[in-house]
Amino acid sequence: MNQVPLTHILIVSTALFFIGMYGLFTRRNLITMLMSIELILNSVNINFIAFNRYLYPQRLEGVFFTLFIIAIAAAEAAVAIAIIINLYRNFHSIDVETADEMKF
Amino acid sequence: MPNTAYIILIPLLPLAGFALLGLFGRRYLKSFAGVLGTSLVLISTALALWTAYQYFSAETYSQIIPLKLTWLIFSPGLSIDMSIILDPISVMMIVVVTLISLLVHTFSLGYMKGETRYATYYAFLNLFTFSMLGLVLSGNLFETYIFWELVGCSSFLLIGFYFDRPTAVAAAKKAFIVTRFADLGFLVGILILSFHAETLDIRTLIGRLTAPSPQLTNITTVSFLGISALSWGLVLVFIGGAGKSAMFPLHIWLPDAMEGPTPVSALIHAATMVVAGVYLVARLYPVYAHAGPAVLDVVLYIGALSALLAAIIACTQSDIKRVLAYSTMSQIGYMMFALGAHGYTASMFHLFTHAFFKALLFLCAGVIIHNVHSNEMKDMGGPRKLLPLTHACFLIACLAISGIPPFAGFFSKEDILLAAWNDNHLIYYIGLFTSGLTAFYMFRLYFSIFWNKPTEGHPHKTPLTESIPLVILAIGALSAGWIPFSRFVTADGKPEPGHGISVFAIAPVALALIGIATAGYLYRKETSRPQRAAAAFKGFYQFAYHKFYIDEVYTFITKKIIFNGIGRPAAWIDRNIVDGLMNLLATITTRIAAGIKGIQSGKVQDYTLYFFTGIVGLAVLFIYIYT
Repeated sequence: MNQVPLTHILIVSTALFFIGMYGLFTRRNLITMLMSIELILNSVNINFIAFNRYLYPQRLEGVFFTLFIIAIAAAEAAVAIAIIINLYRNFHSIDVETADEMKF
Repeated sequence: MPNTAYIILIPLLPLAGFALLGLFGRRYLKSFAGVLGTSLVLISTALALWTAYQYFSAETYSQIIPLKLTWLIFSPGLSIDMSIILDPISVMMIVVVTLISLLVHTFSLGYMKGETRYATYYAFLNLFTFSMLGLVLSGNLFETYIFWELVGCSSFLLIGFYFDRPTAVAAAKKAFIVTRFADLGFLVGILILSFHAETLDIRTLIGRLTAPSPQLTNITTVSFLGISALSWGLVLVFIGGAGKSAMFPLHIWLPDAMEGPTPVSALIHAATMVVAGVYLVARLYPVYAHAGPAVLDVVLYIGALSALLAAIIACTQSDIKRVLAYSTMSQIGYMMFALGAHGYTASMFHLFTHAFFKALLFLCAGVIIHNVHSNEMKDMGGPRKLLPLTHACFLIACLAISGIPPFAGFFSKEDILLAAWNDNHLIYYIGLFTSGLTAFYMFRLYFSIFWNKPTEGHPHKTPLTESIPLVILAIGALSAGWIPFSRFVTADGKPEPGHGISVFAIAPVALALIGIATAGYLYRKETSRPQRAAAAFKGFYQFAYHKFYIDEVYTFITKKIIFNGIGRPAAWIDRNIVDGLMNLLATITTRIAAGIKGIQSGKVQDYTLYFFTGIVGLAVLFIYIYT
């Protein structure tokens, strides 16, 4: 059975990470920024799974970490959406540029 | 004297009064404050009289230390103790202080009624009584100093009692600053004496500095500017005493202190506190007497000069309380030069009799001021028939202070002049001339107040609380002179027989009568004679009227020399160098803050960028540097 080499998977996860970063820095819409964060988290998940599978196939820590991260990502999404709703109530917009009152 | 522990109650009762009235007086004890304060002092007075009776009936006038608490121990042998000393002068002083204080407390019951700060007034009076009693009873130089400052503090509080009057505030400040300035001398003097004598205890100190001892050799050999440490210490202690006792040139606060309520002037600035300086010199008198003539000569000449200057100024003033203030200063000058002339008993005797007639004069002045509503002599004249009791008391006090027999002042002044004659003839003539002047200005006051103008208005009824103290003091002024004082109070503690009245008394009495006659001629009726007399001595009159421009000299020295020469450079250094350094720091901080505050932009994505930059930085650090 021809396995996909580890480097390929790492290239995918790195690409995913930097796509997420790019989205986080360039997007002004909070929902899109939240999605970018999910991308970053998923790139990390892929790394965990890949390293677990290729380096220590008989162990399960990487899989469990990934499960935890998925659970936390779900909770984080709930919190983030609550914050976004509150932000909308106060500024009538979910553009992150409008919420810049906490400054010097 | 068997059981003497109760003596501690004499000062502690007024302290309790001060604490009670000070803490609860204004809210809970308002109308009751006077009675409470007065009754506590009454108990003290009774105890003081009992102590005096026991002490003087024992006939052995040794120094007794009934109580001694070791307080601050610096090294073995050097500690600050709280002790009580009983010797003839301290017993005499507690009687004077409690008695005059009691009478003034009683007098104030009616006099200060209706004041908004009635309870505070009594609290301060009690504080003063406590501190003064502590001062006279203290057997340790440092303890004396503590009470000395407490006395100054209560004097300050009472002079500034009417704190809504700017003049009273200024007077309180002046009194405080001038006496503080003198107290510095006192403190340094204490340190010099106790450093060399290696003790603060007065009895031990006197013992070591008057008999041959290593300490005495040490203190007389160490010298500074050619004057021995002993002389320096004693002169500095005398400067402290001169400040409190309003001796020239530190007397400038006393006339202004008359801004306080009149009973306070009677108690503090006439009868008790201002004689503290005399008491202090008397307390250390054996050391002064043993140290040789130079230091006592300082006391002698300063005392005589103050007596003369104050008497001349008193002849020209028009505010009755100021005349009395200068007369106080003049009489204290008498006591001082009596000490300087080795007239220890005479000085203490005059202190004793002076307390009665001067307190009486002030209380009478209080009654008159209340009735006339003015301090100025020209607004008075004629309340002779309206205030018959006050008139009689005032006359008695005037006769007593002028030294007319058989009133109290006659006897003590005779003793002082005799002591002066035996010591220094120049001082004797100054004292003689001053006693003539005293009679003149006191009767100038008397005639101007009571005779100058025809009587008008209705007789006022003096309340009982005011008339009783007047009568008691008048009895004192009449009879205090008959006490055979030299049997009780002498420098060496051995009774001496009184020398009786000699032909020596003729000159001062004759001069006093001439003074009275001159005053009567000038002021008995409203005439132009006083103006003509003043015009005859025009230059000198103006000079004396402006108090010899001593206040102006002080103003010149402080404003022109100290302010310009020391104050302004110091202010420049403070503003430009001390403040400049701080301002520089603040400016640098502000500049840096202005430069970097843009980082806190409030934009979430900026923060994210910093965060990632930080992580990248850490990653680089851990990967490439700490591998």
